[in-house]
This record gives sequence, C-alpha cells and structure tokens, in this order.
Amino acid sequence: MAAHASADGKHVPHIIPLGTYMKVFWTLIALTVVTVAASRVDFGMLNGVIAFGIASVKAGLVMAIFMHLKYDNMLNRVIIGSAIFFLIVFYLFCWMDEASRVVIEGVL
Amino acid sequence: MSIADHHADPENAHVAHHFENAEHQYATAKEGMWAFLCTEILMFGGLFVAYLIYHHAYPLTFKWGSDNFLNWKLGAANTVVLLTSSLTMALGIYYVQHRNAKKAVMNLWITLLCGAIFMVIKGFEYSHKFHEGWLPGSWFKPEALAKQISLGAPENIPLYTSFYFMMSGLHALHVLFGMGAIFWVLLRTRKGEFGPHYYTPVENVGLFWHLVDLVWIYLFPLLYLVG
Repeated sequence: MAAHASADGKHVPHIIPLGTYMKVFWTLIALTVVTVAASRVDFGMLNGVIAFGIASVKAGLVMAIFMHLKYDNMLNRVIIGSAIFFLIVFYLFCWMDEASRVVIEGVL
Repeated sequence: MSIADHHADPENAHVAHHFENAEHQYATAKEGMWAFLCTEILMFGGLFVAYLIYHHAYPLTFKWGSDNFLNWKLGAANTVVLLTSSLTMALGIYYVQHRNAKKAVMNLWITLLCGAIFMVIKGFEYSHKFHEGWLPGSWFKPEALAKQISLGAPENIPLYTSFYFMMSGLHALHVLFGMGAIFWVLLRTRKGEFGPHYYTPVENVGLFWHLVDLVWIYLFPLLYLVG
C-alpha cells in the first residue's frame, strides 16, 4: 500500500481487487469449518498443534490481505515480525522452565 | 499554500508541515499504528503464554472447562460474525479507495452490526455463566464448585474461568473500542472527508479491527475447542 507516491507526493493506494478479498473471506470460513471438524477427531498430542497451525494460516491470510501487509512497506512487516518473534521467545523460555521442573510433593 | 487553496483541495490540506508529502505522512501514520499493534500483541501475548503454560500443566482442567462451560456453536457463530466484519471493514477501505463513500459507509455499518451481534452473543454466554456461578478464580460460587467437582471436574476448575473471562473480556473491550472507532470513521466518510489519496484514519481503524479478529482466531480454538 505504500511506496506508490505519485510525482507530486500524493498517496496513491495499491488497491487489492474485490475478488481477492472474497476468496480470502471464503478461505477463512472454510478453515473455521476445518478447525471445528478437526477438534471432533482426537489426534492425541497433535490436537493443539493442529488447532494452532490452522489458526496461524488464518492469521497469516488476514495480515497479508485484509491488513494489506503483502503490499506494504518492508518496515511494517519487520515490526510485526519482531513482535511475533519475541512472543515465541517468551513462550519457549517459559515452557522450558515449566517443562524442566521436578514435581515436588505433587504440586507444580 | 493560501487559506483559499487549503480549502479548495481537502485531500492536500491534510499534510502537516513536518512531512515531506502526503505519502510520507501516510507511511508514518501507518508505521505508528503497526508499532501500537505490536504492544497489543505483546499484551494479549502475556495472557496467551500464561494460558499455554497452565494448559500444559493442567490439561484436564481446560478440557473440562471447554466441554462443560462453553458452547462451541456460539463460539463458531461469533468466529463467522467477526470474519464477516473483517471482510466488510476491508471492503469499506476498498470503496473509500474507489471514492465510493456510499458503499464504504454501507460496509462500515455492516461491520458495526457484526460487532454488535458479537457482543450480544457474548452477553448471552456471560449471563449464563453468571447465572450458574461459574465465575473467575475465587469468585467461583462455592456451591457451583462443589457441584462441578461432584460431576468429575478437577478441583482447580476456577482456573479455567479465570482465563476465559480475562482473555475473552479483554477481547470484548477491544471489540467495543473498535466499534467506537469505526463509528467515528463512518461519520467522517459520510461527510466526504476521505478519498483515494487520503484515508489514513479508515486504514488504521481497519488495522485495529483486523487485530481484534486475529486475537479471536486464536481464542476460539483455545477456549472452546481444546482437548
């Protein structure tokens, strides 16, 4: 949506076609149905991973098209990417701490 | 630029003196919005990490909560409602970019309507839980807790309601705030203040609304479908 300034510095929008928005919308609805359907089947340890994976595909579509990141400045992608990256670091360190604890007297 | 020129072309009038041009101003405002969305992600992120850690520690508590306290059909309905609102928000911007204020305003109204439907469904869900005494943490009604435990619930089941109310409640506050912001840009769009060369407030309010949708995309499986 950026770096499209005309010679006089006016902002010229990058317009995503209507058809793309509709396709993304129906894909999001379909993935919601898949999420619900997948939750009816027991994949054991993978249950959470599958639900989180589908949610992340949906989130990616929303960010790329609805939030226009696909056609946006690289800087905005770096900003949001860094937030997601540090969130993952935050989770991994908490998880390592929790998973490596020894259970004492049955209380975590 | 004289005062007369200033009013003659509203789309040029918006460039503040410290920006090189309208494109520079647009890109800067949007970058600021993304930086703000990062702080939002990190705020919700704290709750999500806490959820994942406690879910890992007490999987049965979360399974019981999602199976017995929540109706996945209401959660799925709200997911569809929010996804629809995200589409109409994006279409609102699309029509502003095409200088079609009428269709843009119509799409923004639909977005608001979807936000309202979301809150009504959420309201029904909350009032049901209030009625049953399934409240967060220490507010969980003792008789409701005794009943749940007799049915086989883990003793720390109030942990689930704490996460449910904190996460969905913070999200619902964002929906309400987003609705207010959408109403504001709707009025300005109706007045004809935006066009293809200037629509920054609509774009940024849209980004906020999509973030609210993004959070729900994760909340729905985490709260309603966990196994």
